[in-house]
Amino acid sequence: MSLLTIAFTLLFYCATALLIIGLAVRIRLYAKTPVPLRIPTTPAPLTGAGVVGRMFFEVTLFRSLFKASKWTWIFGWLFHAALLLVLLRHLRYFTDPVWSWVVLVQPLGAYGAFVMLAGLGGLWARRFLVDRVRYISAPSDHLMLALLIAIGATGLGMKYVAATDIVALKAFFLGLMYFDWQPIPTDVMLLLHLSLVAVLMIIFPFSKLLHAPGVFFSPTRNQIDNPREKRHLPTRNAHSISQAKQT
Amino acid sequence: MADFDTPALKPYPVIPPIEIGVMAHSKPYVAKPEIQQKIGFPGELVDNWQQVAIDKMGELVDNSRALRVFLDSCVKCGACTDKCHYYLGTSDPNNMPVARQDLFRSVYRRHYTLAGKYFPGLVGARELDQEMLDDWYSYFHQCSQCRRCSVYCPYGIDTAEISMAAREIMDTIGIGQKYCNEIIGKAQTIGNNLGLPQPALLDTLEGLEEDIEEETGVTVRLPLDQHGADILLVTPSADFFAEPHVDGLIGYAKVFHQAGLSWTISSHASEAANFGMFIGSYDNMQILAQRIREAALELGVKRIVFGECGHAWRVAYNFLNTLAGPFDFLDPNYPLPQHICEVTYDLLQRNALRMDKSANDDKVLTFHDSCNVARASRMGDFEGGQFVIPRAVIQASCNHFYDMPAHATKEATFCCGGGGGLLTDDLVELRVKGSLPRMEALKQAVDDYGVTHMAAICAICKSQFSKILPYYGFEMDQVVSVHQLVSNAIQLGGEH
Ligand code: HEM
Ligand code: SF4
Ligand code: SF4
Repeated sequence: MSLLTIAFTLLFYCATALLIIGLAVRIRLYAKTPVPLRIPTTPAPLTGAGVVGRMFFEVTLFRSLFKASKWTWIFGWLFHAALLLVLLRHLRYFTDPVWSWVVLVQPLGAYGAFVMLAGLGGLWARRFLVDRVRYISAPSDHLMLALLIAIGATGLGMKYVAATDIVALKAFFLGLMYFDWQPIPTDVMLLLHLSLVAVLMIIFPFSKLLHAPGVFFSPTRNQIDNPREKRHLPTRNAHSISQAKQT
Repeated sequence: MADFDTPALKPYPVIPPIEIGVMAHSKPYVAKPEIQQKIGFPGELVDNWQQVAIDKMGELVDNSRALRVFLDSCVKCGACTDKCHYYLGTSDPNNMPVARQDLFRSVYRRHYTLAGKYFPGLVGARELDQEMLDDWYSYFHQCSQCRRCSVYCPYGIDTAEISMAAREIMDTIGIGQKYCNEIIGKAQTIGNNLGLPQPALLDTLEGLEEDIEEETGVTVRLPLDQHGADILLVTPSADFFAEPHVDGLIGYAKVFHQAGLSWTISSHASEAANFGMFIGSYDNMQILAQRIREAALELGVKRIVFGECGHAWRVAYNFLNTLAGPFDFLDPNYPLPQHICEVTYDLLQRNALRMDKSANDDKVLTFHDSCNVARASRMGDFEGGQFVIPRAVIQASCNHFYDMPAHATKEATFCCGGGGGLLTDDLVELRVKGSLPRMEALKQAVDDYGVTHMAAICAICKSQFSKILPYYGFEMDQVVSVHQLVSNAIQLGGEH
């Protein structure tokens, strides 16, 4: 096995482990951190089913963002929808035989990458053109967009400029999954694409990409508005009062 | 008037370009040592304040899922940047909700995240140094905790939660805000924010009874510490003195009178406001909430009703049951607690009040949704009742009512500019500028519909508007209490 194959094999095992364990640790922390008081942003649903509905529209349609800013919403929503499509399309490298619905999204997914890049381009443009957004952007906010654009661009590069050996690539990934390691194709564009993806996976649990799990844990969005009907039990007891008085 | 320019009212809302640092000078007075110590905080800046602050930050985040998720999740999308009335009124970019959060988040990142520890420059992580502390003191006292930003954030990030945490950290290292902390101390020892002792309260209420009798010829009682009354009314202490608040209090009394309800005010819990929330102090908030429980037990009431006050209603509606419950000794047939508007609304639904709307024909009304009622609580038993019920009460009391434009009402309502513990004379510039979006919306209603008066259901809103309306060319008495309108319209005499 070549050094390159060994390096990428290890890289993807590490990246996957960091992504999964990192996210699991973070999500566990969110779940375990107490919520001392009821703070839904009202008007809020009065029932659990209502909250599921509220969350559904937040996650699938970015409803609050829609209320806030139509441009950000258009670019942001297009980017995420296209990202989802592109990710689903990539499932064909990890399944054999390829699931039939994954086959169905293939033609759509081909356009996904362009839409994704357009969305990302719009979001990045705002970071330069809108003075308020420029003010709040840290270098990491620019780099995150650059990284995603680079991933999309190298992906498109393989499709339209320098095609890679897809059959061998699939063998590499299936090999990773079944611990039956296979050589990785050596095209530069592919190696670049895969390296960038590994970087994205590694930084995911340590960056603002935590908004993906975060949105589900946000108390202002996921709490039911029923404090009078059902007492929200205190997460700490009254002894802290006397303590506070003494210090 | 002070040494700043009142912003011009524009015919339509404009998002101003940023002007860095223009409000950095705005700081409220720092609390004196006695004030701090009285409510459980160090009197002055502690020696190792940086470490104490960082430790406290960790403790707060460990105990609040909201803080933890909010600090991690912001993607700097900018959706909130033009949503804060203080940004719109001042142009200072640190008044953009996300930038305000970032004053906190950058320190959090520096000390509590991998990226911030090893690559501070990359992710905008910063140390909590003297300069940063100064910025904290300025800009966390330029947030009225109105939650408008949280409506628009795709993750519901509520800058109010962050401001509260920042204020608690500052209190913990000995840097407190005079206005809030002095008031909390008074309310905890005397029972109300104004520091009115029982005899003064009794005197005031008797005076009001005389006024009502003089005006209407009917004896309407405003009972104090009446054992065995059914209802304990907890109302902001401004209702006992300030204009137009007191006209609202008279309104509540007339409603109870006509409905034949037995009620009382308590001198022990003669304050609905709970400034403990503004400084993010669970403990202080709980001490104040406990007084209400104590008063209810002592007087043996069956129900608790809150008067017109925004943040008080938030604390009452959402927190009281957690902080001082369970209230299983009260009558379970009534929600705990109830808002006075709910009581009046129910009575109106049952035709139990005789109203003559023409009594308010000298006015054309609009309604200011108070932030804490609109975005942090509810009235009635249906989603959005907090918008419907006060409007229904107003419309049952007058013939001419028009809403302000939709971008400034209901869940999108703009703060009065004085909420969140900022209603103090040392912050007048901020208060005037922060009320700009509300004033523009009011001006539009005045131009479009000939509105003459704006009704409010919050003691802070009413005081704030009385003060700042003249800066914008309005009269101070153009703000009225909702129950002032009820008071005018209700036809007393011949009941029972
Ligand atoms: C539950 C899943 C997710 C939800 C609900 C969600 C939602 C959002 C929303 C509402 C925004 C703000 C609007 C915008 O700037 O686009 C955003 C921003 C962003 N999201 Fe997601 N997202 C999710 C998953 C992901 C994933 C898996 C990625 C990763 C690779 C991602 C990457 C980003 C980036 C980079 C931004 C910032 C864009 C900018 O810089 O302007 N998101 N997300
Ligand atoms: S809570 Fe209100 S005052 Fe505070 S940042 Fe958000 S919009 Fe501004
Ligand atoms: S709207 Fe929310 S996620 Fe976007 S910048 Fe503001 S706080 Fe951050």
